[in-house]
Formats: sequence, structure tokens, C-alpha cells
Amino acid sequence: MTGLRLLAGPDLASGAESDANHSRRLGAPKLSGRALIEALASSGLTGRGGGSFPVGTKWRAVAAASKGSPVVVVNGAEGEPQSHKDRVLMSTRPHLVLDGAFLAAHTLRAREVIVYIGEEHRAARAAMDRALAERTESERRIARMVGAPQRYVAGESRAAVHLIEAGVATPTTAPPRSHERGVAGAPTLVQNVETLAHVALIARYGDAWFRSAGRRGAAGTLLITVAGGVKRPGVLEVEAGTTIEEAVAMADGPSGPASAVLIGGYFGAWVAAAKAWELPLDAAALKTEGFNLGCGVVGVLPAGRCGVCDTARIMRYLAEESSAQCGPCFFGLRALSDACSRIAERGANRDEIARLKRWVVEVPGRGACRHPDGAVMFLRSALATFADEFAAHPAHWRQQPA
Amino acid sequence: MRTALRLSIDRIKCDGHGLCAELLPEIIRLDDWGYPIIAAGPVPEGLAPLAQRAVASCPVLALALALALQPTAASK
Repeated sequence: MTGLRLLAGPDLASGAESDANHSRRLGAPKLSGRALIEALASSGLTGRGGGSFPVGTKWRAVAAASKGSPVVVVNGAEGEPQSHKDRVLMSTRPHLVLDGAFLAAHTLRAREVIVYIGEEHRAARAAMDRALAERTESERRIARMVGAPQRYVAGESRAAVHLIEAGVATPTTAPPRSHERGVAGAPTLVQNVETLAHVALIARYGDAWFRSAGRRGAAGTLLITVAGGVKRPGVLEVEAGTTIEEAVAMADGPSGPASAVLIGGYFGAWVAAAKAWELPLDAAALKTEGFNLGCGVVGVLPAGRCGVCDTARIMRYLAEESSAQCGPCFFGLRALSDACSRIAERGANRDEIARLKRWVVEVPGRGACRHPDGAVMFLRSALATFADEFAAHPAHWRQQPA
Repeated sequence: MRTALRLSIDRIKCDGHGLCAELLPEIIRLDDWGYPIIAAGPVPEGLAPLAQRAVASCPVLALALALALQPTAASK
């Protein structure tokens, strides 16, 4: 595509862009401080880690929290199994991420920048380590690297704060929220790496420039990961508002007929392919349809694969990824997962489906974090999209490849 | 605006002892795994003393009662 922004510049296959090249290509950021916060607010940029929270609002909240000098957490945990966009960004454009991080630190007068990267993302970590070594002494002095454990929940903001504080990546009871009281009790900005990279460009070119990309009323560009039944799976930068059909076409099209699309990752939703093709990749537009952009995963289910069996597999993963802190999440997700597995393994069963339908109403909203809510939203979408398949499922799980 | 009492649960502390549901079945029931489900909305005034007893009886201090602002019909 023309009009690449985050991924513009040297060929991605050549690896991380050096500081010298990055500075020559983009020059220095022009906006910081209050002017940057205002530009972020009017740009319409929302968080790209999954929450889609307005960035300007978040920065204002941290700036307004008066207790102590803030901390900036650069969130590169990327625990979503199907997502690759954060590690691709860190591996190829590390200085865009660091620009955004240090702009945040400068604007919020932060005393520390903690770069929090998934331990399994070794290439991304190495690129970010090298990039940090190229920064100025005053930047390096306030920055440190912390590895995020390979857990689904590790990127959740309070889990990130908890890991940095106590070495345990489990969420804590809210309130307080991280922006009020996070690392060492200080107001803490936890921001996804892609979001920070957009900040780096808005600080150079302004909010009107950011909005000049985007289709069907959406603003800016976004990184997505196209996975599953497409000819060229991988990470793409698309204009916000691009439809899923157009995004799949950019991945050289579906590898065959598709039955459904998983939008937004494991906390997202299954949508029947015919409906999914029309949907725009834009947080606000998807929300009005009842879906989440999440971290921008577009997972295409080929018509030959069984949606019930894939749902059972993902539910088992999400149940195992419960932090086992809250009963309704630990026991509830395990029960939901077991029921899905029994249907997948032994075939359709009306009682199991009735139980699933009761539990998906009872379980959400009853954990310290939103892990059970995300898992249940995902399962609800499966029960709706694959209603016929759940009702008539044959006992064929073992014959399906994982 | 007027104030209303609301029950909340610290889900990390809660171990599913279930005393709250025994003391306050009008508002709290247990799910299939023994963990409380609180009915939506504020605690009816007549049940406030029982709600306070349930809070005091929670063995792990997970149940709490708080005053919350509540929009009245006029201010909605």
C-alpha cells in the first residue's frame, strides 16, 4: 500500500532502523508538553493494545494526578497468541516507539521509563536494547528494560504494574487504576508500543495530518495481523476504516472459501464471513456493531475447519490463562472450557448448550480484571455465529488438526 | 441526587465461603462454584442492617458496603 506511516522507510526485511537513519528520515519531533497532549486529544488516536481508550484523555489523567512524579510503561508484552504487530514494529522501527516513550516522559515529567517486552519476543527485545543504547545519556539514564512473562494477561495494565513492582504478572483489584496509582504508587501511563509510535509521528506532523489518513470517517492508520486462511498471513499497516475484505485482499486474498472471521483476537468475536467482509477496521465503528478492534487481529476461518473445535481449543487456552485469583474466572472459565471440549469431543448435547448459555450470563463482570469478560464475550460470539454447528456437532475433535 | 447503599466484592479476596448468601438471600445468590452473585441495583433500605451483618460476617473481609450517589428520577 502507498501511504505507509509507521512502516514507511527502509525495507522491513533489513531489520531495525538505526537512530541515524531514523533521525535523517523523520527529523526531530516538534510538539511536546501541553501542545502534544492537545494534539493527541484532537487527533482521535486511541490505544492499540486492545482497549481502544482515547490517548489524549489518558495522558490528561496522568498529568492531572498530582501525587509524585509519574512513570511511563512502554507496553510490548503482546501476549495475544495470534498478534504479531507489536513485535514487528519493535523489531523494525524501535526508535519510533522510543520517541513516543520519551515524548511521554518529557510531557508528563516522568522520572522513569520502563520498557516492558514479552520474554518470548527475543528479536524485538534485542532490537529495542540496541536502539536504547543509541539514545542520549539523559534518556538512557531514566529507562530500563523489564521482561514480560509469556502469559495472556501479562499485558493488562495492572498486571504489568504488578510484575514491575513485585515480579508477579497478575492483575490487582481496581480502583486504584494505574494512571492514579501504579508503579511505586506513582501515577503510571501504561501505553502500547504501536500507540507510542503514532505519538512520535503526531508530534512531528500534527493531529490534522494524522486524521488525513483513514476511510469511512475513521482517523489514521493501524497495524493489523492477518492470520489463518489467507495466502500471505502477516502484519499490515492499513488506513483505519479499511474493510476486512480489503485487508484480506492486501494479504493476497483468502486461501479458499472462508466461513467466519475472528475479529480482535481471543477477546474478540467470531463473525460470519459474509458479514465480516463489510466491517471496517476502526475501533469506534466496530463498537457500534458490538465488536472490538482489540489488538487488530483478523483471523480467517477456512470453510473446511470446524468453528466449534477451534472455539473449544481457544476456550481451553483462556481457561488455562486465568490467573486463578478470582473464583468466577478460575472455576467459571474451566467449566465453560470443559463443556466446549465435551461438545467438540463427544458431539452436540442440548444440556451442555443450555448450561453454557446460563454461564455466559453469570460469569462476566465478576473478576478483578476483564479476563473472564473477554473470554465470555468470545464464547458468546461463537454460540451465535456457530449456532447450527454447536447444535449438530459430530464427535470429530480428534480428527481436526490443532 | 441521593445516596444509596451498594454491595461490592473484592473478587481476589473472596474464597466462596458463602456466608453472605445465607445471611442475605434476598440480594446474594451463589453460582455453581459457590461464589456470590449480587443482584443489580442498590441495597433496599429495609435490608441495610442485614447487609451490614453480611459484611461483618465475611471471613476474608471481601464484602463491602459503600454509599454511592444515585440519580433520582428528577435528575435523570
